[in-house]
Amino acid sequence: MKSTEIEKAKEYKYGFTTDIESIKAPKGLSKEVIQFISKIKKEPKWMLDWRLKAFDRLKKMKEPNWQKPKYPKINYQELYYYSAPKSAQDKPKSLDEVDPKLLETYAKLGIPLKEQEKLSGVAVDAVFDSVSVATTFKDKLTEKGIIFCPISEAIKKHPDLVKKYLGSVIPITDHYFATLNSAVFTDGSFVYIPEGVRCPMELSTYFRINASETGQFERTLIIADKGSYVSYLEGCTAPMRDENQLHAANVELIALDDAEIKYSTVQNWYPGDENGKGGIYNFVTKRGACRGKNSKISWTQVETGSAITWKYPSCILQGDNSVGEFYSIAITNNHQKADTGTKMIHLGKNTKSKIISKGISAGKADNTYRGLVDINKKALNSRNYTQCDSLLMGNKCGAHTVPYIKNKNSSSVVEHEATTSKINEEQLYYCNQRGLNQEEAVSLIVNGFCKEVLQQLPMEFAVEAQKLVGISLEGSVG
Amino acid sequence: MLKIKNLQASVDKKSILKGLNLTIKPGELHAIMGPNGSGKSTLANVLSGKNGYKISGEIIFEGENLNDIPIEKRAQKGIFLAFQYPLEIPGVNTNIFLKTSLNSIRKSKGKKEVDTLAFLKLVKEKSSELGIDEKILSRQLNVGFSGGEKKKNEILQMKILDPVFSILDETDSGLDIDALKIIAKGVNSSRDSKKSFLVITHYQRLLDYIKPDFVHVLSDGKIIKTGCGELAEELEKTGYSKLN
Ligand SMILES: Nc1ncnc2c1ncn2[C@@H]1O[C@H](COP(=O)(O)OP(=O)(O)OP(=O)(O)O)[C@@H](O)[C@H]1O
Ligand SMILES: [Mg+2]
Repeated sequence: MKSTEIEKAKEYKYGFTTDIESIKAPKGLSKEVIQFISKIKKEPKWMLDWRLKAFDRLKKMKEPNWQKPKYPKINYQELYYYSAPKSAQDKPKSLDEVDPKLLETYAKLGIPLKEQEKLSGVAVDAVFDSVSVATTFKDKLTEKGIIFCPISEAIKKHPDLVKKYLGSVIPITDHYFATLNSAVFTDGSFVYIPEGVRCPMELSTYFRINASETGQFERTLIIADKGSYVSYLEGCTAPMRDENQLHAANVELIALDDAEIKYSTVQNWYPGDENGKGGIYNFVTKRGACRGKNSKISWTQVETGSAITWKYPSCILQGDNSVGEFYSIAITNNHQKADTGTKMIHLGKNTKSKIISKGISAGKADNTYRGLVDINKKALNSRNYTQCDSLLMGNKCGAHTVPYIKNKNSSSVVEHEATTSKINEEQLYYCNQRGLNQEEAVSLIVNGFCKEVLQQLPMEFAVEAQKLVGISLEGSVG
Repeated sequence: MLKIKNLQASVDKKSILKGLNLTIKPGELHAIMGPNGSGKSTLANVLSGKNGYKISGEIIFEGENLNDIPIEKRAQKGIFLAFQYPLEIPGVNTNIFLKTSLNSIRKSKGKKEVDTLAFLKLVKEKSSELGIDEKILSRQLNVGFSGGEKKKNEILQMKILDPVFSILDETDSGLDIDALKIIAKGVNSSRDSKKSFLVITHYQRLLDYIKPDFVHVLSDGKIIKTGCGELAEELEKTGYSKLN
């Protein structure tokens, strides 16, 4: 490797590309491309119709422009909407049939699918560009009646569930990117936990963008039936490229009576180089419906990657006594930008929501927390607690907090606390005096700052996330 | 061990240390006394390498000029400062902090890192030796610690990191008599022919427990008098004003 490459590799260790033959849809966005996607996935007609309905709608819509981070106009005709390794065309039935090149890619990313199936207690769905290439632990989950498979498979095998719930939380008319996703989505995970079942292991999906000039349109649907519980985690990486790539996902969660869904994200898409060239546009719609009484949905996100992160994982608290939580760490360094937060819509009585947001900004980055708490007239005795803390490193970065609060009944209470501080020089000094170098000290202090969020993560991922927090801020102080 | 020659330090053009000379040999314990604002903490900070001071003169530590050596490198070479006001770091577990610290120092010396088990064993041993409740170590670093707990935590850190040169900045201030004995025990049990100490204090009572080889009086940025243990007793009676 040349020394500059070594330098780069140190900054973003997932930046490699897998050289693999792929099948692509023709470039650009059109009815034909949507038909191509639907056909190659062997989808039933109702699914194609659904997509085309979204596409018709899209033509009448405009890209939103109210967000803080602006970006150059995306030319939607210059993107590929489908790209998949040739070898993954006929989805392999077992890991032994998966292309070794793909297995090697995931091993390099720290997810050795084969070994993992034997050792760890985490089931993985691996999505490579537009297709799922492997899902582990399927048999063990099937025993309990749990469905964990690529959504493209669920469309064929479990059409009733998909028809009933897909688009029920994020309508296909929702907004530009959600509608775009509804028209062209390619893969993602489908989870169904039957009534009364506690999912015995963590479920996770690992998203990898590999092909260039390709958008990734993930679609994930998780349904927790009455009295069930599931913890789900997604991870994301992409190669280093000078172009900006779009990842526009739709994730829908549905929790019925007494059910609980815990959804965690560790997002480490390529952030672009230190001059702001390249990186992923992470424009994601995530929404959960607490449809049943006493249900609970908890979002935890650690957002360290992407050139621009723009997302508001939200909870619609329909069921009485339902609970929504949002725990977030958003780190922006160099030229990265984030505009993220949540929406908590209280509709049922005695509903509760909690928002803990930790924004860290370094270099020339810009970090916005934007959040809505909307307590409906009929949502009597509801409660929200919001805490937003921002930490700044250096004086070229920015942090903003934009809370929208609508409390429409007098029996409900909303509490909001916000702080903004600079990284404390005296704390750094204390750490240095104990032998820690600047990077170790920053990592330790920032991890402390984020603790309330980090401790929400499943054990297996908390350690990785802590390291990631440190790595994302390397070179930010001193 | 340490040779300070004509040390001057200023902050924002305010001159604080004004030509300070001090030599500490291996195995020696020096006490520094002096009125409030005379520059004692500044001396401790400057020795540790804290940024923000304009420095002239020389600090030679084990034969090496420290002027361009950053804080953490000095710490790794075995300079330890027990702070007058130990800082709170929210969210950071004290044990994890201390283990990171110990391993950074070990790594710099080319030694193997200690694992969690070995570390906890070391903590148990040192805390029971001093009679400190190790429970404070599972709390966030200094957060909500009482004044005395903070000081005891500094001494426990000193014991675990095992530095060759320790500076104690008023570690005895605000302590009850039992805590004072713990601090003294921490120092006395570490003393040997290779380790040196610089103990900053306002009170002779500490020196009843820790016997200094030398006592210096720092006033207005200079050492104006040096003596042995009796000097402290004398000062306790007469105050500093007589010396000026
Ligand atoms: N960063 C700073 N900016 C301005 N003045 C400072 C700074 N640091 C120290 N000083 C001043 O330098 C003088 C010496 O301070 P120092 O803290 O060293 O005193 P000290 O001898 O430790 O006092 P005490 O016994 O009260 O702890 C004081 O007048 C103090 O106000
Ligand atoms: Mg002082």
